[in-house]
Amino acid sequence: MRLEAALRDRRASGRSLLVPYVTGGLGSGWLDVVRAVADAGADAIEIGIPFSDPVIDGRTVQEASQRALELGATPASIISDAARLDVEVPLVVMTYFNPVQHMGFERFAKELVEAGIDGAIVPDLPLDELGDWSSAADAAGVETVLLAAPTTPDTRLRAICERSRGFVYGVSLMGVTGERTRLADQASVMGSRCKALTDRPVLLGVGISTAEQAVEAASFADGVVVGSALVRRLLEGGGPEQAGAFVASLRAALDDREGERG
Amino acid sequence: MTASARGLGVQLAPPGSEPAGLGRFGEYGGRFVPETLVPALEELEREFRSAWSSEEFRAELAGLLASYAGRPTPVTECHRLSERLGVRVLLKREDLTHTGSHKINNVLGQALLTRRMGKQRVIAETGAGQHGVATATAAALFGLECLVFMGAVDVERQALNVFRMRLLGAEVVPVESGSATLKDAINEALRDWVATVETTHYCIGSVVGPHPYPWMVREFQRVVGDEAREQCRALLGGTDPDVVLACVGGGSNAIGTFAGFIDLPGVRLVGVEAGGRGLESGQHGSSVSRGVPGVLHGARSLFLQDEHGQILEAHSISAGLDYPGVGPEHAELAAAGRAEYANATDEEALEGFELLARTEGIVPALEPAHAIAWLAREAGRSIPKGATVLVTLSGRGDKDAEQVAERLGYDSFR
Repeated sequence: MRLEAALRDRRASGRSLLVPYVTGGLGSGWLDVVRAVADAGADAIEIGIPFSDPVIDGRTVQEASQRALELGATPASIISDAARLDVEVPLVVMTYFNPVQHMGFERFAKELVEAGIDGAIVPDLPLDELGDWSSAADAAGVETVLLAAPTTPDTRLRAICERSRGFVYGVSLMGVTGERTRLADQASVMGSRCKALTDRPVLLGVGISTAEQAVEAASFADGVVVGSALVRRLLEGGGPEQAGAFVASLRAALDDREGERG
Repeated sequence: MTASARGLGVQLAPPGSEPAGLGRFGEYGGRFVPETLVPALEELEREFRSAWSSEEFRAELAGLLASYAGRPTPVTECHRLSERLGVRVLLKREDLTHTGSHKINNVLGQALLTRRMGKQRVIAETGAGQHGVATATAAALFGLECLVFMGAVDVERQALNVFRMRLLGAEVVPVESGSATLKDAINEALRDWVATVETTHYCIGSVVGPHPYPWMVREFQRVVGDEAREQCRALLGGTDPDVVLACVGGGSNAIGTFAGFIDLPGVRLVGVEAGGRGLESGQHGSSVSRGVPGVLHGARSLFLQDEHGQILEAHSISAGLDYPGVGPEHAELAAAGRAEYANATDEEALEGFELLARTEGIVPALEPAHAIAWLAREAGRSIPKGATVLVTLSGRGDKDAEQVAERLGYDSFR
């Protein structure tokens, strides 16, 4: 339980958690992007394994996925590349169910563990369909992070919070991933509903694009996931330096908030 | 068991068998969707189950199918084609429904459910445009806002249907991502739905998607097979056809047709998929023949994919069969050996298109032209001479006229 343990420790130290998302295989330097993001103060890092039909992703992650696939990225190549990372923070893959089931549950889980990856987020695999994957993941020690949505009713939300491992991923709006001009109204409700039901770390994600939005969202939960805003910078030609600078700016804003609150 | 619901000559049979568990047909089916959509699918499942077991609901739908959609559709005996092929050919004429294809059967059912759930907006995906036109039609009839996602390639090759949808008051959104065909239109519809699910019903047009869609759409399309079975018996002196044939993209007209005959073990059920430029070319839509198990668009089924689990682009001359997957119940029928799945190429489909036009004066859509083409190839081979074959003619060919004219070199189309 390295992912959850690490997030709990960092939360206990009083900081808001920051989990950036990087599309795996997006350019030959993507491992350096992950390293830069880790150095800039991430508490864990999501590595996207691209899928041809990413239905909960907006244009930015769609484009990044397509570009990575065109560059030859495969689930196996991303996982084996990631094995070369020596970052301090836990890693968690985010992908869709088809590549996972295509590789085979046990093999996918085993390859993650061997690469030093602690968790998996599979957004089209809801609670009711976890079955065979979660058995394989649990047996291998892979923490499966579940998503909770604004539409999730209370009894189901309780079950999701109980079954999730690593953290609970609260979807902060109705819609697909992508930058927004302001934080959605649903974010505060989503964060408080999850927090009321679980002691597990609760992170809000989807549509959190700026330092200001991250700070606001973090006030309703234990932290945030930031994806499209970072990936856009990479699509626009940014590399490790730009990625690191952006994540550092989020880190600083979140830490300032702690300072002010303290 | 409740009785059949009657409405002006249309009878809807009592509910058929439900899939097991969470929408399982054998190992296929299920509900693999983002958490945001789960509560809406649970609601839809509850509403459908309750509505479908209500005679009042089925009678209302039967009435609409009769007075608005023009059901029951006839079964036509094809004398000249039969003589040509040496087998007795019967056509189930879904081309004669309002809007010109079987899609209207499902859409009227889902429109009634939309009203029942108190939703004011419907979205749909469309390939050939027939489902989009049907949805736009029902939306106009029920006063619903309607948005149709259509691959940009299909917008181009099915321009007539795009105009029809706009005329009916629907907004058509061309989808540029991926292969810009049906698969990508479904992706984009799902993305819209994730944002709008509280006020919007997603009217899926085939027996694909998460539970309860494959089951619900099959039940709404069963009227095709149930009618045909009785009509065949009337024509054939109380006996059943030897072979029942339908084209398969996602597979809704086929599953609806098969449903009427599935409990008759002596009836050979055949689904004809798009052979495109030939299976060996890799450019086709034959998901049962060449697909492998996977999960896309909410269900586990057979999909064309590469060695890493990335979905491949399908190819077919017909937009309605240009889909790299198939409904989960078809995957199970194939696994169980109850139905067989064949294919016809683009070229063969064009020949089937002309053949039916010239022998019977019926211009089929390019989709069922695949079924006609397979019949023409197999008559006297795997279909013995003298056998009786029912083919579901899922739609009419007006929408394809321009495309076929170009392919066949009719230079004076305009």
